[in-house]
Amino acid sequence: MKCDLCDKPATLFLTQIVNGQMQKVNLCEQCSKEKGVTDPTGFALADLLMGVGTSETIDQPSASAVPLEKAAADPEDARVCAHCGFSETDLRRTGRLGCPACYHVFRSGVRQMIGAMHRGNRHRGKVPARQLDEGVLSERLDDLRRCLAEAVKEERFEEAARLRDELKRMQSTPAQ
Amino acid sequence: MMRFSTLMRRPADWMVGGGPDSHIVLTSRIRLARNVQSFMFPGWARKDERQRSLEEIQPMVAALDQMQDGFQTELSSLDKLQKQVLVERHLISREHAARGAGCALVADRRQRVSIMINEEDHLRLQIIRPGLNFEEAWSLADSIDNALEQQLDYAFDNEWGYLTACPSNLGTGLRASAMLHLPGLVLSEQIGQVIKAVNKIGLAVRGLYGEGTEALGHLFQISNQSTLGEDEPAIIERLERVLTQVVGHEDNARAKLTEDKPTMLADQVARAHAILGHCHILTSKEALHHLSMLRLARDLGHWNCPDAALLDMLLLEIQPAHLQLEAGRELDAQPRDAMRAEITRRRLQTTPAPDTCFSKSPGTGASPRNAKTERTNDE
Repeated sequence: MKCDLCDKPATLFLTQIVNGQMQKVNLCEQCSKEKGVTDPTGFALADLLMGVGTSETIDQPSASAVPLEKAAADPEDARVCAHCGFSETDLRRTGRLGCPACYHVFRSGVRQMIGAMHRGNRHRGKVPARQLDEGVLSERLDDLRRCLAEAVKEERFEEAARLRDELKRMQSTPAQ
Repeated sequence: MMRFSTLMRRPADWMVGGGPDSHIVLTSRIRLARNVQSFMFPGWARKDERQRSLEEIQPMVAALDQMQDGFQTELSSLDKLQKQVLVERHLISREHAARGAGCALVADRRQRVSIMINEEDHLRLQIIRPGLNFEEAWSLADSIDNALEQQLDYAFDNEWGYLTACPSNLGTGLRASAMLHLPGLVLSEQIGQVIKAVNKIGLAVRGLYGEGTEALGHLFQISNQSTLGEDEPAIIERLERVLTQVVGHEDNARAKLTEDKPTMLADQVARAHAILGHCHILTSKEALHHLSMLRLARDLGHWNCPDAALLDMLLLEIQPAHLQLEAGRELDAQPRDAMRAEITRRRLQTTPAPDTCFSKSPGTGASPRNAKTERTNDE
């Protein structure tokens, strides 16, 4: 991995979540010192790369160039996961969560992040058999029927055949 | 239970090669990320909590039918070199090797399956198969996952699927990736376009050693990035479709190279064989390049390699930690380069020289197509 500012090998990798948008910067030792990168949460990555103020145009038009000030005003920022003590600030800093329960606490923050990461925002894959209760099962069946109808309508027959098989398999699965 | 030394002596079955399209696709890999509902994610958990989750998870994983007579170890009981060797064997990740107490590896006897406990997630299940063969890899991953979910309370959310430490793995927790050998596309300078096109469809392309178009050994990895919003077969099918196309482009590029630049090809292949068979100092970079050219010659039907696994084994054996393990002590770069040369010399000196006549008119020599069919028939 090369430094984003020069061509030397990068030794410092920064990821920052600003208003749900993920930004990544890779720097070599020298550039990171020149830019004064000591506290990765203290500045916007876009500013670092393209000069102060640019992050406003890269993010949403109204976004602040100083994410921490913006963050402090956000009520979710003060939240802490009761199960593991992880905070919204930790989420912004690491881009990760502390425990499975965090996903309930920081739901809206995560929802903003996954838009840029994935092709969809709803799980359509495997479900652990033990978690497949009546409600989930009927929801998944509805989901599959809708996708099947769409696939047939758009003449994506290979996918339709697969969805039909999946639907059959799900219908024969006993709910827990 | 298998010992570390036994694990090292036995090559993983995917190293021995074979499988569909193995003249371009070296391996197909499936990775599933899973977590247990009641524990904090490993990166946030304190040491004692990580140790507790390990104590609950490891026995269940080791007791799986598929892992009988396999290998298991806590990473804290290994030294730096041993961990590095496991990284080079693709059994654990660099991140996992760097973690402290409370982490473990369980692998099956044939090294098809490796399960990392307390890497970024509680469980990282990985299957590697030779050639383009996601069907087999997925079905094995799926069955092991089914066996585990009966005993472990997986963290699962109706909307977001399997919950993972990083939201980039939400949903299926599935990463499917293939390792490809693309010398034709690199030498004909088409690799940049192919990488761009593949990126556009939302798949990631990485050099296996080194980045971008400078990938050493002409080895690339292509994988899905999105894990949420589609089911597992759909993710795998898209990747396979793209891989099949890349394989087609590489086949064409190789055919065109033999037609347009037979002398350049002959020169590179002959040099590769001569240097690897006679050198006394060999850097990783140089070794990877020459091994790639020999692999190309073999797959074009121009090198009669006596041992099918020779090149794949060499690729592993010449890595830094493998060399040091073999030497039984830490070595600096210089003695490593000497030892690397000694190994390739020993392995290659007795092999026949490659057939460098690439300019044969069609029908009289081994065309890439013929070479491919012959190989398939052998399997």
